[in-house]
Amino acid sequence: MINKIVQSIAESLEGVKDGATVLMGGFGAVGQPDELIEGLLEQGARDLTVVANNAGAGKVGLARLMMEGRVRKIICSFPRSAGSTVFEELYRAGKLELEIVPQGTLAERMRAAGAGIPAFFTPTGAGTKLAQGKESRVFNGREHILEHALPGDVALIEAWQADRWGNLTYRESGRNFNPVMAMAATLTVAQTHHILDLGEISPDHVHTPGIFVQRVVQVERGAPWV
Amino acid sequence: MAGVTRQGMAARVARDIPEGWFVNLGIGIPTMVADHVPVEREVILHSENGILGMGPAPEPGKGNAWLVNAGKQQVTLRPGGSFFHHADSFGMIRGGHIDLCVLGAFEVASNGDIANWATSENDSAPAVGGAMDLAAGAKRLWVVMDHTTKDGRPKLVESCGYPLTAPGAVQRVYTNLAVVDVVQGRGFVLREILAEGMSFAELQAQTGAVLHTDA
Repeated sequence: MINKIVQSIAESLEGVKDGATVLMGGFGAVGQPDELIEGLLEQGARDLTVVANNAGAGKVGLARLMMEGRVRKIICSFPRSAGSTVFEELYRAGKLELEIVPQGTLAERMRAAGAGIPAFFTPTGAGTKLAQGKESRVFNGREHILEHALPGDVALIEAWQADRWGNLTYRESGRNFNPVMAMAATLTVAQTHHILDLGEISPDHVHTPGIFVQRVVQVERGAPWV
Repeated sequence: MAGVTRQGMAARVARDIPEGWFVNLGIGIPTMVADHVPVEREVILHSENGILGMGPAPEPGKGNAWLVNAGKQQVTLRPGGSFFHHADSFGMIRGGHIDLCVLGAFEVASNGDIANWATSENDSAPAVGGAMDLAAGAKRLWVVMDHTTKDGRPKLVESCGYPLTAPGAVQRVYTNLAVVDVVQGRGFVLREILAEGMSFAELQAQTGAVLHTDA
């Protein structure tokens, strides 16, 4: 019997290695797997490359992971936001590498990784300083730049519902980066609000099929997320 | 001769958006444009984090933590709205499916270059978000911004001094003083002076590049 459901956050994060590239779902706080990120603090892996849209806020989750010196590099589109002081201090002090990627290129690089596409051309970023050092080519009279797939060793994502095969649904704008990150990683761990019996999620309504998910752990987050 | 207010600028942009367009609104004055599109005119708002059919902010006490816009503020969903993941959302933007994007900017050049994401080559923490995807991918890019900086320097210029978001992307600029088109091969072409009582010469004096007129 296939059963991807594990009983604890610790178990869900077993085997995450030092130096791993970790994809973290969410757009700001929405769809962000807070308990898995906190679990990574306990788990101990270091020298991480973190891929996320934002660079954490306050002194919890990703911000705390950075504060404790566990993150070597962050790849994101929008590191500066309300409360992103930990990121800003570490970056200014030269203690954190930063790769800025336009948001759509970030999503597409992960989608490409999941779909077996090693690189692609896009006009986004052409003619800007983010094109520096990138191969460029003209298609239909317009300059495009080459962007490479961005695979993860691990993806930490947040689902709304899951079953033991790892089929997932998301809730409202909590979907965001989670499905493409699930596709792009070798080990995808989903924290979920609800676990349903096999077949209870309508096959027409599965957002991420279980083929992209290796482990599922239930976390009831309480208000305002219920 | 006062220019129009921020709400006035947003209302002026809204007037030019026809029914049926898919529209992405940036943060700041662009977000306010939605409040000036009459409900009976069906304009479908796109939010980069995976929403079509975005509605206004919720009534007090009726907020939903799962439903936020690109600025992470809580919003609502109109009947007919939908949710999708980031690659699909940016597929809509990058694939040319969005009819119009309205952004703020630091500078717009007379060749349509836009600079709106970083204020210097050595920005302490640059943050691009979806601006480059939107500028490169939307069918039309309009900018809404003040005509000059707070200390009076023109924001419509011959050539951007700040790092570019995209080259040659802007079609139209709405400022507190005027509506100006960017016409390839010509540069800035004045469509309308919004500031009451302002002459062409006065407007030109506050503009960092030649303003053409159709006359």
